[in-house]
This record gives sequence, C-alpha cells and structure tokens, in this order.
Amino acid sequence: MIWNEQIECMDPQQLKGVQSERLAKLAEYVYSNSPFYQQRFDQHKIKPDSIKTIEQITDLPFTTKIDLRDNYPFGMFSVPQKGITEIHVSSGTTGNPTVVGYTKEDIKLWSDVMARALCCAGAEPDDTIQIAYGYGLFTGGLGFHYGSLEMGLTTIPASSGQTKRQLKIMQDFKPRILACTPSYALYMAEQAKELGIDPRKSSWKIGIFGAEPWSDSMRDEIENLWDMLATDVYGLSEIIGPGVAQECPHKDGLHIFSDVFFPEIIDPATDQPVEPGQDGELVITTLTKQGIPLIRYRTRDIVSMNIEKCRCGRTSPRISKIKGRTDDMIIIRGINLFPSQIEEVLLSIEGTQPHYQIVVDRKEHGLDMVQVQVEIEEQLFSDEVRKLNELKAKIQNGIEGVVGLRVDVKLVEPKTIVRSEGKSKRVIDKRKN
Amino acid sequence: MRLKQISVFLENKKGRLQDVCSLLGSNGINMRALTIAETESFGVLRMVVDKSDQAIDLLRKNDFAANVTDVVAVEVEDKPGGLAGILKIISDNDVNIEYMYGFVEKFSDKALLVFRFEDTDHAQRILNENGVSIVAEKDIQGL
Repeated sequence: MIWNEQIECMDPQQLKGVQSERLAKLAEYVYSNSPFYQQRFDQHKIKPDSIKTIEQITDLPFTTKIDLRDNYPFGMFSVPQKGITEIHVSSGTTGNPTVVGYTKEDIKLWSDVMARALCCAGAEPDDTIQIAYGYGLFTGGLGFHYGSLEMGLTTIPASSGQTKRQLKIMQDFKPRILACTPSYALYMAEQAKELGIDPRKSSWKIGIFGAEPWSDSMRDEIENLWDMLATDVYGLSEIIGPGVAQECPHKDGLHIFSDVFFPEIIDPATDQPVEPGQDGELVITTLTKQGIPLIRYRTRDIVSMNIEKCRCGRTSPRISKIKGRTDDMIIIRGINLFPSQIEEVLLSIEGTQPHYQIVVDRKEHGLDMVQVQVEIEEQLFSDEVRKLNELKAKIQNGIEGVVGLRVDVKLVEPKTIVRSEGKSKRVIDKRKN
Repeated sequence: MRLKQISVFLENKKGRLQDVCSLLGSNGINMRALTIAETESFGVLRMVVDKSDQAIDLLRKNDFAANVTDVVAVEVEDKPGGLAGILKIISDNDVNIEYMYGFVEKFSDKALLVFRFEDTDHAQRILNENGVSIVAEKDIQGL
C-alpha cells in the first residue's frame, strides 16, 4: 500500500507547485525566525519575498555541518527552546556534536514520512515490527517507532543489542518486519545458526536496513540467509533521521519524499547541478520543518538520482544507494566517525600527533569493527608494558568518550603505516562487499 | 654504577626480533642480557649491550621505537638461596622492582641479574649499604 498516495503519486508538475509554495513559505519563515538565516540571506542580498518557485532554490546559499557545529547547541533553531519537544544528537566533525530539535509538528512530519517509508518497504497495517535500532539520542530507534505508531503496526521497541533476546522475540512474537543495521542482520543470522535456529524459517520477511553503507552483494547475502526482502532506508539526523528516502520492493533506488525533503544533486567541485543519473553530492532542503529547518544542506553523500516514475506507482525521484562521501566520515553501526575526532583524542593524550590509521572491517557474517592503529614514537614508548597498556586504554577510552564507540586500539612500530603522496592514508575501509 | 638498558618496541610479527639482532650483530654490537615482555599484540625487548650509545643511535636510525633506561646489574651467589638473600634486602628496605632478568654469561663464578627498580637511586644506595656487588659499565665491556 502507499501511505500518502495523493502526494507520493502526484503528477510531477503539480508536485512542483506544492514545492514552490512550500519553498516560498520556508524562505519567509527562516528569515523571520532564524537569526542565522536572516544574516545569511542579508549577506547574499536575498529578499525572502522574491523566492516564489522551486527553481529559485539555486539562488539560496548552502548550509553545512560546520554551520551546525559553530552554532552549537541551539543557534540553528528557528523556534524558542520552549517550542522544542524533542532533541537528538549525532557526532560532529570535531568538538561539539550535532544537535537537532523537533517541534510537535516536526514529530508529526517524522511520523508521516516514516509511515510512508514502512509502507514503501511493504508493511501492511496488521503487521508487527521489531525495531532493533538503538533507542536514545540516535534517531534510528525513535524514528521507526513514531512511524510504526502512526501506521498502527504492532510495535516492538527491542532497541539494539542482546541478540539472544532479539531472536527469542522473533520466535515468540513472530514479527514480519525487522528494522536494524544491515551488519546486525548478518550478525544475527550467524548467532541464530549457532543457537540451532534456521534463519530461513524465521518470521522476518521484510528487512528495513540503514544507518550504514551497504552493497548489493550484502543485500543478496542477507536475503539469502534470512529468506527475506531486504530494503534500504536513508536518512540523517540533520534532515530528520530515518525517513528521508526508502526503497520499495522493486529495489531500484530509494524514493525520496521530495514534497518535504527537496533533493538536488550537485557537483561538489563546482557546486553546480549535475544531470539526472550522474553522480554528485546530495543536497537537501527541508521544505516544511519548523524546529531546525535547513536550506540546501550538504549531506556529503554521493548518490545519483532517477526521476522516472517507478513501477510501484510512486512519482517521487529515486536516489541510488550511497556511493561514497565527499568528506572522510565513516559510518559504523549508525555512529558517525571522523578521523579528525581521533586526531583530537590523540593530541589530548600525549600532546603529540602520532601517525595513525583507522581500519574498518566487516567480519564475516559479523559486525563492523574499527581498529585504530597508532605508531609508537619515542615519546610514547616505555620499557614498561604496564605503561603501554595504560596508553592503549587511554586512547580507547578517549575515543569512546568523543565518538561513543568502543574501538580496538593497536600500537604499531614507527613508520609502518603506509604514507602515500606525502600524507598517510587515514582510513582503510574493507567493507566493500 | 648503573647500566644503560635499551628497550625496543616490537610488534608481534614474524622476524622482528631477528631484525634487531642482525642489525646489532652486523654492526659489531654484542648483547649481554636480554628479555622480552610480551602482550597479545606487541612485545618490549629489553637488553644490555656492550656499546649502548651506538646501539640506540642505530636502532632509531632504522625506525625502531627505542629508549634508554637505567638498570642495576647485581652479582648473585650461584647457589641455592643466592637470589633470595638479595631479594630479602630489597624487600626489607621497601624497594620496588619493576622487573628483572638474567645475564647470558657470567664473568666470575657468580650469576648476574639485571634489576629495573622503581626508584633506582634509592635501590642503589640500599644495595651499596648492604655490601651487594654491583656491576659497572666497564665490567661488561670485556665480557
């Protein structure tokens, strides 16, 4: 079924009208409610009442993650704090995390787009869903939760982890839908086998997987292991969380809910739009958000866009799976990690900046693992093993404090991390398959 | 008198200890005592060599993380209870040992042990006061 057929299957010309109307309102709204955007508009000599059509969006300035960091915590909010009903937090590049606030209306919007996403994946109103994304500051758990309530599904807020319990819930409550990260779906299959449970006989028939990059071959593996349909969900907390775009059972791109999240694909080098089908950076404008509306937000995700109508009947444009990043952000189990955060921790520990490398790997049928290799330089080296182990623990705890992720730290000999073209390669991501 | 101990950081991979030994060997540096402290992923090689200044330069030039630490080498009666006597003096005087290991060879009928103390000055004073024979740098040159 299609949750909001009127809007999701709207004639593209008519949709443009809706988008234009919303953009005009948004320009007025941010100009009068956000000191940040008022200043931005003034700098660029933009009169909000001159914005009348969606095509004019390219006249507006971009917004970046740096803007969010510089205005930490509430400087980007367009409503006073008393109007904010919920706050979520994700990782920032350095220093402060990224904070987003939702008004009551924003939560309604989130519930609506997540209900659209669930339907798009194939959920039916009498389904039961097991939500194994983390509940908390991370948007994954609660985003699915709101959408599931909106759609009237039987909601199991399992949250992440405790695999044995997840499997027991699956066996006893028989949910047809599973929502979690794709690597966790693989991991659970492995655990199920160890416990003598045949994954192919599980009740889960539809998976909604996201919060980390994954490939088509990984999809094949999951579908094969669990005998289920595995769909991709896209989102980022700055825009709303999960519910920005979702694959339908045709698995031919993710339907982006463009009446509320207007997408552009640009060449990150020139900032100019690219032709449909070409790879570029996804830029999103939140057309109707109140708490923290963002204009032309640079997601840093590289995708391509397909504007053809889908066989499922939806007319909204479809984005490809994420093909890469324009920055060096790594996503692990829904947590964003930037090499700059690791640098910050290393610098704070010994006042030196040792060479390091981040190795990300997906264990066979397992979770994504991060190892941070740090070269031992003279000033860090001690003849006492205890002190070296202390150093290791300090780095590990420091990273956990900043990133919120427990990583493996490995001390390595000097000059063993490969330097290429003058600077060392900071990230080795082996999760290509 | 103290000895200069050289410690080297070694990752647990094949051939690293041999790399150190052949580097020192081909430069005419002789190892007198050595031990390896190991963990799951790395080890620390500690050794006393005949030409410590030259050895440390050489190791650093070859991209090893290496340090120099003061240690004390002590002559111990090579008979049952010989070490116990020295350890009694040490513990009676609240001297803390970080670690210890033995020499490869001896230059009298006594055994040679290397001690890394928490407080080397204090330890040395106690040993001297108790008439324990400490080995000097020049003694090991001729071994």
